[in-house]
Amino acid sequence: MSMREAESAAVVVSSVQRGDRTAVSVVSAALARIEETELRLHAYLHVRREAALAEAARLDHEAPSARAQKPLAGLPVAVKDNLVLAGAPTTAGSKILEGYHPPYTATAVARLQAAGAIVVGKTNLDEFAMGSSTEHSAYGPTKNPWDVARVPGGSSGGSAAAVAAGTAVVALGSDTGGSVRQPAAFCGVVGLKPTYGRVSRYGLVAFASSLDQVGPLARTVSDVALVFQVLAGRDPHDATSVDSPVVGRLATAPSRLAGMRVGLVAEQADQAGPETRQAVAEARLALMDLGADVVDVALPHGRYGIPAYYLVAPAEASSNLARYDGVRYGLRVAGRDVAELYLNTRGAGFGTEVKRRILLGTFALAEGYYDAYYLKAMQARELLAQDYRQAFQAVDVILSPTVPDPAFRLGEKLADPWSMYQSDIMTVGANLTGLPALSLPWRVAASGLPTAVQLTAPWLGEERLLLVAAALEALRPGGEAWPDPLASPGTSGQGGARP
Amino acid sequence: MILDNGAEVIIGLEVHVELATRTKLFCACPSAFGAPPNTAVCPVCLGLPGALPQLNREVVRLAARAGLALGCEVRLTSRFDRKNYFYPDLPKGYQITQYEHPICEWGALEVPLADDAVRRVAIRRIHIEEEAGKLIHEGDSLWGATGSLVDLNRAGLPLIEIVTEPDLRSPEEARRFLRELVSVLSYLDVSDLRMEEGSIRCDANLSLKPPGFSGALEDLARVEVKNVNSIRNVVAALESEVKRQRAVLDAGGRVERETRGFDEGTGTTLPQRSKEAANDYRYFPEPDLPVLMLDPSVVEAERERLPVLPPALRAELVGRGLTSKEAAVIASDPGASRYLARVLAEGADTRLAVTWMLGDLARLLNEAHVGYGASPVGPAALAELLQLMAQGTLSGRLAKEVLDRMFATGHSAAAIVEDTGMAQISDQDVLATEVDRALAQHPAAVADYRAGKAAALGFLVGQVMKATRGQASPDVVNRLLRERLAALAPSS
Repeated sequence: MSMREAESAAVVVSSVQRGDRTAVSVVSAALARIEETELRLHAYLHVRREAALAEAARLDHEAPSARAQKPLAGLPVAVKDNLVLAGAPTTAGSKILEGYHPPYTATAVARLQAAGAIVVGKTNLDEFAMGSSTEHSAYGPTKNPWDVARVPGGSSGGSAAAVAAGTAVVALGSDTGGSVRQPAAFCGVVGLKPTYGRVSRYGLVAFASSLDQVGPLARTVSDVALVFQVLAGRDPHDATSVDSPVVGRLATAPSRLAGMRVGLVAEQADQAGPETRQAVAEARLALMDLGADVVDVALPHGRYGIPAYYLVAPAEASSNLARYDGVRYGLRVAGRDVAELYLNTRGAGFGTEVKRRILLGTFALAEGYYDAYYLKAMQARELLAQDYRQAFQAVDVILSPTVPDPAFRLGEKLADPWSMYQSDIMTVGANLTGLPALSLPWRVAASGLPTAVQLTAPWLGEERLLLVAAALEALRPGGEAWPDPLASPGTSGQGGARP
Repeated sequence: MILDNGAEVIIGLEVHVELATRTKLFCACPSAFGAPPNTAVCPVCLGLPGALPQLNREVVRLAARAGLALGCEVRLTSRFDRKNYFYPDLPKGYQITQYEHPICEWGALEVPLADDAVRRVAIRRIHIEEEAGKLIHEGDSLWGATGSLVDLNRAGLPLIEIVTEPDLRSPEEARRFLRELVSVLSYLDVSDLRMEEGSIRCDANLSLKPPGFSGALEDLARVEVKNVNSIRNVVAALESEVKRQRAVLDAGGRVERETRGFDEGTGTTLPQRSKEAANDYRYFPEPDLPVLMLDPSVVEAERERLPVLPPALRAELVGRGLTSKEAAVIASDPGASRYLARVLAEGADTRLAVTWMLGDLARLLNEAHVGYGASPVGPAALAELLQLMAQGTLSGRLAKEVLDRMFATGHSAAAIVEDTGMAQISDQDVLATEVDRALAQHPAAVADYRAGKAAALGFLVGQVMKATRGQASPDVVNRLLRERLAALAPSS
């Protein structure tokens, strides 16, 4: 199956830079792959067939010296449909933005394009990134390439599935409570949630502004590193962005991690199911084999993560989503007066989960409740940040599960939002504290589904995070070589064990 | 103001001032007034999905400057918050403002009242916030409209809101406060202060404190009249509120705490629709903007750049011999005070300069609807005119005529005197001839004068002035006439 098995982003890019292959041929292969898989997966909400080929052709016509300067020349990338791109529709997975065409391009996307990447399409997501399964998309769920009866995770489920299925080498997602890392874990790809502010949020349709962060997904750590290097850096359009570009090339996988101190969040590992516990245990041993010291660390306030997250995120969302009122763009359902216009438009345009969170958030910010809910949650956030600061005095990175269990079945948790929310328990900490965290696929479990571990680093510690992840990746069962979920026939079946 | 039923009027104001920056508060859109609808807009001020605010630091400087001029403490850390409410002129569904931690706090403005009394009005806070867009309704109001148009050119323009303590005691004091505030701001170059274009708007709070009430003022039922757009309307709204609340109390009723609007047509306040008034704004810190940090050196530099402001200027002018009324008029207008300073710098006499500025020049400026800053007769030109008077080249009457011509043509006083031959005739020999001729031609007047009718002298002066087309020096003519008349033998 074409390029995806052996080819890393670096290989694709250097072949296009050298002119061994045209960008058009690379992009055409990606588009063909989308065509081949999309009916089964529904990873995309919009495919940029003509625009992508035209951009690829333009790149092919550039002087070889100019092309050689572009670190992502000809790389097919997929972009979550909550990042705006001029010329393509942006829905954020919501009916309320159906038919909306943004007039500008998100900084993260513009940086990829300026580096020579070709956006092949916009990927599916839970409506406004609110969800953990992509089932809350107004445009139907995405399926997990490893087992189409299962969810790809969410909210960046489309991006994770697109990368896993090889329709894009790299994808952009957004991570507010785990929305890059959890689908990366479910789909067996690498997902990075950078330090808050390290990648611009300008052009990311806001869900919870103090938690949202744009991050890349790819099949390997080095692909993630390559793209992260392009994404990171200060953006004058985002006042919360940090002036901390990646300097120099990110290190390739070291063969030793001698002197590296790794903290294991034992409490979280114990909460996970057997497959994930196995993955964490193996990763721990691998780290020790690499020469790292592994010690237990505690996050005493970790249990406040979920309650704090489900106050802060809905509170900010209730404000961020107020602009969808039918007055200026997107869906408009008329009424007798302006109040009815609002009610009708928002009633028809938002899905159940979004409405639930707007109600939660509106309540949490209401006069008389602010101190008890929002303020308390912000205090819990600070306590959690202190926990991490304390832990990072003793260790360099923290190892934990990304998710308690592998991908669940479509529909399994839809009726039970509480249990859906609980599945974010291991990922929300990084968002609440702004720390960088990465999900690394570990082994394919006996169930045929991938497992994953999570690494968390101190503020602006992506370089260290990627270094440790690369070293671990080389030691995991199967190493960098990773099975193709769609390689054998019959994957449209019911998720039987993989060979 | 104590009403005849013993109730005291308590007023506090919130004044919104649009700042004069080149660009908006959170984006690079121009702050041009009068552009075609929805042309001065971008993803940020349109509230498009994904757009984020970038703070315009010039706004911060102007807000700090206004705060310093009003004696406020400028906070080195302040914060932006979101004020959430739905309205079609509010593109994001929230306004970015400063709620918990405003940039300036605790200043005061000393407001001159009648009879040289002063009311000290405490400024509780000044905060930065963004302007909303403009709505044009087909129908009376948003709620009764058959259609409404939204223009977002204004959305995101920078405002400061200046909030006073409830220190004002009558609508008249409110008027004086606002005039003094406007004149202080006009020295700072922070705002265009165009009332008719809405660059100053006011929310006025009014309560009546019953006689014998000893609780906190906050406990009084307060009525807020929102969004009044001129000083005159603020006064009218407050006067109408005093009457209305008085009537409610007199009828044995209770004044409800509420928000009202001002109807210019009737000059009265009206309750606002509860849908518009009953809001829980759900304030919370704006996550898209970091805490606003100010360098102390920036604040100090701004403090040093403050001009002399009306209170100090008034004192200085009175010290130079102006009446307090003259000082108040000149100090209230930076154009006038700069003009006077320059006239005096040219060496003009203070009394003469003030008299002419506030007299004939003011009349001409009013007729032409221009300010001192744009006067066709500049300070140096006026000084030259005053110099010609002091030298005796021009009489007061002539000078007035010359000023009219200067104003109309822009020519200098000397040039006009030269061209028109309007110089005053002080030459005794020339005037003696004219005096003798007048005495000869009007024997009846001479006889009247000699009979003790002093008014006859004025008639004779007038004849000489007429004969010289007004150019004779009245002083010289007077002296010569008296000498000649005295030289004649007494009549009896």
